[in-house]
Amino acid sequence: MSLAAVVVERNVVTYRRQWIAFLTGFLEPVFYLFSLGLGLGALIGDITLPGGQVVSYPQYVAPAMLAMAAMNGAVFDATYNMFFKLKHAHTFDAMLATPIGPRDIALGEMAWSLVRSGIYVTGFLLISLAMGLVRSWWALLAVPAATLIGFVFSGLGMAATSWVRNYVDFDYIQMALVPLTLLSATFFPIEAYPAQVRWLVELSPLYHGVVIERGLMLGDVGPGLLVHAAVLVVVGSIALWVARRRLAHLLLK
Amino acid sequence: MSNPASTTHTPGVLPTGTEVLIEAVGLRKTFGDFVAVDGIDVQVHRGEAFGFLGPNGAGKSSTMRMIGCVSPVSGGSLRILGMDPALDGARIRARLGVVPQQDSLDGELTVRDNLYVYGRYFGIPRAECRRMATELLEFANLTDRADSLVDPLSGGMKRRLTIARALINSPEILLLDEPTTGLDPQARHVLWDRLFRLKRSGVTLVLTTHYMDEAEQLCDRLVVMDKGRIAAEGSPRSLIEQWSTREVLELRFDEDDLSPHARRVEGIGERVEVLPDRLLLYVDDGEAAGRAVHERGVRPLSSLVRRSTLEDVFLRLTGRSLVD
Ligand SMILES: Nc1ncnc2c1ncn2[C@@H]1O[C@H](COP(=O)(O)OP(=O)(O)O)[C@@H](O)[C@H]1O
Ligand SMILES: [Mg+2]
Repeated sequence: MSLAAVVVERNVVTYRRQWIAFLTGFLEPVFYLFSLGLGLGALIGDITLPGGQVVSYPQYVAPAMLAMAAMNGAVFDATYNMFFKLKHAHTFDAMLATPIGPRDIALGEMAWSLVRSGIYVTGFLLISLAMGLVRSWWALLAVPAATLIGFVFSGLGMAATSWVRNYVDFDYIQMALVPLTLLSATFFPIEAYPAQVRWLVELSPLYHGVVIERGLMLGDVGPGLLVHAAVLVVVGSIALWVARRRLAHLLLK
Repeated sequence: MSNPASTTHTPGVLPTGTEVLIEAVGLRKTFGDFVAVDGIDVQVHRGEAFGFLGPNGAGKSSTMRMIGCVSPVSGGSLRILGMDPALDGARIRARLGVVPQQDSLDGELTVRDNLYVYGRYFGIPRAECRRMATELLEFANLTDRADSLVDPLSGGMKRRLTIARALINSPEILLLDEPTTGLDPQARHVLWDRLFRLKRSGVTLVLTTHYMDEAEQLCDRLVVMDKGRIAAEGSPRSLIEQWSTREVLELRFDEDDLSPHARRVEGIGERVEVLPDRLLLYVDDGEAAGRAVHERGVRPLSSLVRRSTLEDVFLRLTGRSLVD
């Protein structure tokens, strides 16, 4: 793990001069919260959770936007920045000439995207708290839980990026992210879908993240959340494994 | 230059008792069906400057990447510092310095941070990295550019920074893949000076080049590489002695077909090479050969006597010139 930490350190040194890029990924879910949560929410009224609890629409949407912040934080570094370092800047070629190996790079880049994701999530949680959108002490676990979301999307992002040939290919990744953002029980409950297509939503890692965060922030907690967490751990681990293999394949020819 | 005594050795037979740092036997590298390195045998000893001289596509970089433990060996065996790259890659790399053919400086970092962060990649403590960075900036003559990003630097500066970076872990072996390609003559001389200093301090240098003057300047011993194979091996002096004559008489003509002239000067020297714009006569005494050419009634546009170089060795071995 020690050399993976050095990979993180390299990113910390470079990001001292790139704080604007850092900010934009954070603002997107915040804008959603204000526009859809507060704006549209005023028209929608309250929502009844499966457990019978009644919450306001902004309260319903905020945990999903927190999950989205976690996803965004991880995806930026795992895709665009990863590609840049891999194909253009030869950052990883330089690292591999040292004792650092592909495993250290995969773990280090992932850890860095989790740091970024964690900062987004913490910021978002504080905003939600200030707006009275947090209803339970369980919300203290929202940040650690979001690490799982970051883990999955960082792994998937890195793995997908290893197949990207040029910047145009990122449109495909973007194309996958938009429905993911809108349809993962983010803005309306999964029960709104016909039973036959719910399994499609359940394929979305973001959906599992949203369920966990919603449970924690609204105090609707049960053992079922552990199953959702397990899904994220398994998918993330497989993705990380694939990413490491692909990096070795691409860089060690 | 090289130790004069070494010229008496038969190429391939080395002084005994020297520690072998790199040993390749039948080393191969393939990319799919394509064979880039086709079974080469190489030994590099501690403290020497060893070169791979060959044209583009000879397989030099492929060999260097295998030695640098970033490219898996396709066949044969390779041992570096007594270890196997497939098993101990990280431990070997910890003791190597690498100057790759393609610059891999970190464009998102300043000159100083490039050195500092690279040192951290080796797990060197922060304070030590800072100290080494300052020292190496001095060595690379880049102290006044320490806080600049690397992009605005000149080619020669970037190359010096890359070499400085490769020294941050005080490597035992420095691998240099075409260290001066693309640099102007002055920048090359500055670089050569730095490499001489390193060699004097005991660092083992392994370099590739397609410049014969660079090979002659820097290498104690070298192999001539072509199409993935080694064509000859020895010190620059011994290679020239074995594969060429002492002097070369160059005859320039202003004609398209030089073969009639070639026939007329046949027998004056050991060999005649026909190049597009001139004839090369391989002779022991260039002045005498010049007179003999004149006596046969051949009137070149100009003529020139020079010493044999590694370029002549390469031409003799492969029938082609190094730089096309
Ligand atoms: N990754 C690769 N995939 C396929 N072919 C390669 C690869 N790397 C090098 N080659 C080929 O191997 C040959 C030797 O290349 P290289 O080792 O770079 O030679 P040199 O450094 O002497 O110019 C070239 O023909 C090159 O095209
Ligand atoms: Mg090369």
